[in-house]
Amino acid sequence: MNKGQGLLTVRDIHIYYGNIHAIKGISLVVRKGEIVTLIGSNGAGKTTVLNAVSGVLKTRQGSIDFEGTRINRLSPHSIVRMGISQVPEGRKIFSRLTVTENLEMGAFIRNDIKEIVKDMEGVFELFPRLRERRGQIAGTLSGGEQQMLATARALMARPQLLLLDEPSMGLAPLLVETIFDTIQRISEEGTTILLVEQNALMAFVIATRGYVIQTGRIALEDKIENLSKNEMVRDLYLGGDLD
Amino acid sequence: MMNTKKIYLPIVVLFLLLLPPMVGNYWTQVLGNIGIYVMLGIGLNVVVGFAGLLDLGYVAFYAIGAYGYALLASPHFGIHIPFWVMLPGCVALAAGGGALLGIPVLRMRGDYLAIVTLGFGEIIRILLNNLDPLTNGPRGLLRIDAPAMGNFVVNSPFRWYYLIFAGIIFSAFVADRLNNSRIGRAWIAMREDQDAAAVMGINILKYKLLAFTIGASFAGIGGAIFAARQGSIFPENFSLMVSINVLCLIIIGGMGSIPGVILGAVILIGLPEILRGVHQYRMLAFGGLLVAMMIFRPTGFIPSARRKMELRE
Repeated sequence: MNKGQGLLTVRDIHIYYGNIHAIKGISLVVRKGEIVTLIGSNGAGKTTVLNAVSGVLKTRQGSIDFEGTRINRLSPHSIVRMGISQVPEGRKIFSRLTVTENLEMGAFIRNDIKEIVKDMEGVFELFPRLRERRGQIAGTLSGGEQQMLATARALMARPQLLLLDEPSMGLAPLLVETIFDTIQRISEEGTTILLVEQNALMAFVIATRGYVIQTGRIALEDKIENLSKNEMVRDLYLGGDLD
Repeated sequence: MMNTKKIYLPIVVLFLLLLPPMVGNYWTQVLGNIGIYVMLGIGLNVVVGFAGLLDLGYVAFYAIGAYGYALLASPHFGIHIPFWVMLPGCVALAAGGGALLGIPVLRMRGDYLAIVTLGFGEIIRILLNNLDPLTNGPRGLLRIDAPAMGNFVVNSPFRWYYLIFAGIIFSAFVADRLNNSRIGRAWIAMREDQDAAAVMGINILKYKLLAFTIGASFAGIGGAIFAARQGSIFPENFSLMVSINVLCLIIIGGMGSIPGVILGAVILIGLPEILRGVHQYRMLAFGGLLVAMMIFRPTGFIPSARRKMELRE
């Protein structure tokens, strides 16, 4: 791979919902091994960008490259096969299937049964709660467990790049911490992560770099240590009380 | 569960094989009618029960299979292709019809899908009625060839019974294998949550198209058998009521379950025959049964284990 070239390179993409110009030229880079976070307020366009990368939404302009291959004309299922897995907003687990069945669905694109079994053991290591509940119907899990399941399911595809959409949403603070610890562990095990979060405070703890989105444009981009010193970021997203 | 299945299955099969001599000609004929509906039920169950796509025009594929056979094995064009050659041909024709319907409705969901399939069923029936030079219109196709193997001609209710029986065993086997395959798993995911399925790397368009195509092929077999058995077919044999009946028997039997489909057909097609004695109350009793079913056993008589779970929630 070229130096400075990212694993994922988004160049000047524009996305519309009908006539509404939601994303007005966003560019970003995610390099191998990084945890990059995309922060911003409600409706800024964070999820939209993520859905464009995973192919759920189509871009009208610009390009998205993954490992040097253009992917923004591909359908979601081909993008998964290239090595990008998404944990969608609102988790979207298969609520009437069991935990194990959900994980098996996550590995749908793979045929290496032995390795799948091994990986399932791996995600159970990562989320011991899921092992306890492996036979349970996913819809009866708590919110935190469902988030764990959605993340574990995405990992079952053995992605190179994991797209996480608001993993902290609706979870108790203690659980949020557990989830973020796990995200860090996933990163340490070699998966690159693009994380969309409203909870910037938590995102900044684990991320290496960050982008701030405001109404469909990138307002700021920097290393986390610089972003957390930035006046505007502190005021708007960190509640102004970060030490 | 698996063990009781293994014990009962041969007993049931043996019983059904010995049934015709015990019940005589008339009831064997009725059982044959039921059997054709079982086949249609198994096919539609692939689309509705496995893949979760509501198809109200299933009769179209039945009609395509029946007319496909009748046109090429009757004096109408003077072509007489043997039944056994035509059978795979009718499967291919019906599957083609399934793909033809599948392609335009690939991006539709739920109610909209149901409406378009309903229209498709009607279009095929109206075409059969009006494409006079090809289909002979409402006068239908007559003197359709019966299946033969050398001098052995399938022309009695008993012989038909065993042929249909073989068809059902084959269809049930294929459907069961499908349900437990990779394709079956993709269908479950799609039925549960289409968006989530796409994010799992499942090609939604492909698996929808597969469901329509495979589901339709079963109706192709059913149609060919129907045409050969009746000896004559008419457009009105393929009315909307057939689609509705097949859907009803799936719902009564238990969606997604193959034994359910069989029981549903016995009840839905067999019961009106049993009630023939009190014919003036026949539809009343029948309607009452349907209403009672929906109240007391909304999952059907023999629901699939997973469906039971889904409806309980």
